[in-house]
Amino acid sequence: MSEKTLAPSQLDQRDASWYVDKLVQILMFVGGISAIIFIIGIFVFITKEGIAFLFEGFSFTEFFGSINWRPTSSNPTYGALALIVGTASVTGVAMLVAIPFSLGAAIYISEFATGRTKETLKVLVELLAAIPSVVWGFIGLSIMNEFIIEVFDVPIGLNVLNAGIILGLMAAPIMTTIAEDALKAVPDRFREAAEAMGATRWQIIRQVIMPAAKNGLVSAVLLGVGRGFGETMAVLMASGHAINIPTSPFDSVRALTATIAAELGETAQGSEHYGALFALGIFLFIITFIINLAADLVVRGIRKK
Amino acid sequence: MTARFAATELNLSNYRTERRYRLMLFSMTAMLVLPVLIILAILILKGAPMISWEFLFEFPRRGMTEGGIYPALLGTIFIVVVDLIFAMPIGVAAAIYLSEYAPDNWLTRAINLAIINLAGVPSIVHALFGVGAFVIFFGFGTSILAAALTVAIMTLPLVIVATRESLQAVPQAFREACWSMGASRWQTIFTVVLPNAISGILTGLILEVSRTAGETAPIMFTGAAFFLPFLPESVFDQTMALSLHLFVVSTQVPEVPEALPYGVALVLIGIVLIMNAISIVFRSYLRGKKKW
Repeated sequence: MSEKTLAPSQLDQRDASWYVDKLVQILMFVGGISAIIFIIGIFVFITKEGIAFLFEGFSFTEFFGSINWRPTSSNPTYGALALIVGTASVTGVAMLVAIPFSLGAAIYISEFATGRTKETLKVLVELLAAIPSVVWGFIGLSIMNEFIIEVFDVPIGLNVLNAGIILGLMAAPIMTTIAEDALKAVPDRFREAAEAMGATRWQIIRQVIMPAAKNGLVSAVLLGVGRGFGETMAVLMASGHAINIPTSPFDSVRALTATIAAELGETAQGSEHYGALFALGIFLFIITFIINLAADLVVRGIRKK
Repeated sequence: MTARFAATELNLSNYRTERRYRLMLFSMTAMLVLPVLIILAILILKGAPMISWEFLFEFPRRGMTEGGIYPALLGTIFIVVVDLIFAMPIGVAAAIYLSEYAPDNWLTRAINLAIINLAGVPSIVHALFGVGAFVIFFGFGTSILAAALTVAIMTLPLVIVATRESLQAVPQAFREACWSMGASRWQTIFTVVLPNAISGILTGLILEVSRTAGETAPIMFTGAAFFLPFLPESVFDQTMALSLHLFVVSTQVPEVPEALPYGVALVLIGIVLIMNAISIVFRSYLRGKKKW
């Protein structure tokens, strides 16, 4: 038995495909972390444009305590309270519409519907999710507006109710899909065990599946809220766009997102008004970041168990 | 004495409860889906008379109260194409990294969180980012390029999620067989994993087209103009876009004939829904064809 010793250069088996492999791995890694880069980039760039306003024209008590958003008056004030309340009220109505219907639909699709019905319903929900927000806004402006004026006998149909219903219909398909995923993730043996004990389908749903899928359902609702907070075009077109603290669902309001969309085109870059709109953007970014983070943590909660 | 297995009063009441809830849940599902069908019907009824060859291929006239939507239609196509050039490679690369390379560590979790947030950040905040980054900082001005980049970043999660799902659906045994033949990681991905996942990637592409065509807020300050009397000549020009055109004719322009915005809405929703329908048909066709 002879032992052949290899020179160090012969041990090195790196050929062209090895280098290609490494190069591709690096490229894919860059693609992978691009999402992080973009998220940080978003924060950096909107902060960059808004920071001057935050240090100069910004007053915490005015921003969160005053309802006077008067950026174009000779003595401009930037109170975002009415905008925050506007966004919150529209999102609130939207959730009243979306939560029961989307959870109901998710339960029906996941637990009752079978075969062709199930597929059809899932496709319809998917198509519902595909309708662009500007089309929803147009629907609010034309169809829902007339509908609300006629049914409730009010002078203006562009109000909290209109935007809330539109937003509810927009948020519902996403919530339905996520909630259905959460229900589907409950292992079948849970269902079988309960069925073997003589439980009816409804008892299984209420006492076994819903508790087991609780975290997923909560995160579906959270993501729906986040979506409602951030929706722009539909709310701009359907809410009436009037600065107002609503006292009834038939009052017009103005949302944070809609304010940016409506006013950014009229401002000069670098002006105080421009900075104030970016400050609204920073606020929206932080709120939706927290909501998404919370939804993610809630989902992670189940996986830990 | 009753038969041994006859339903008891409790059984019957349980059964009735179940039926009641089932009916309730079904009607909730129906109420979610029905308004959409009604809305679609109204859009078609009011919008269809507008649709004609001239409507699709003529410039708007008389302050956008007459004429067609040609520049907007073309602009939307430009934005979609430029968007795909950026979103597809980055999105697919990210999906390959997450599915084939990424270890289960804090960085991967951070990437996933970033993807969720990219999808969750309001579209108008993406628009602000587009203005700050592409229009001003990188000096693209309000242009097709800036608008497409803004939408590409916003819709990136769509491509990543669709691609990642299809990559993960390729059985691990395929990869192992290839590795044991001495193939490198990239050779395995390129020759075995990607061909088997191509359907999912194409589905992602189609959905990306549909989403991009419908987005309004992220393009309205980065590259889409209310009205332009000419067509864009390069990616550094502004353009009209269908989604913004719908916003403009339905809210900004006085004395627009009632049917005109319905026509625009119908074209836009037609493009979006046809794209989605293709992806759905495509997906179910390929699911039936799958060999494993």
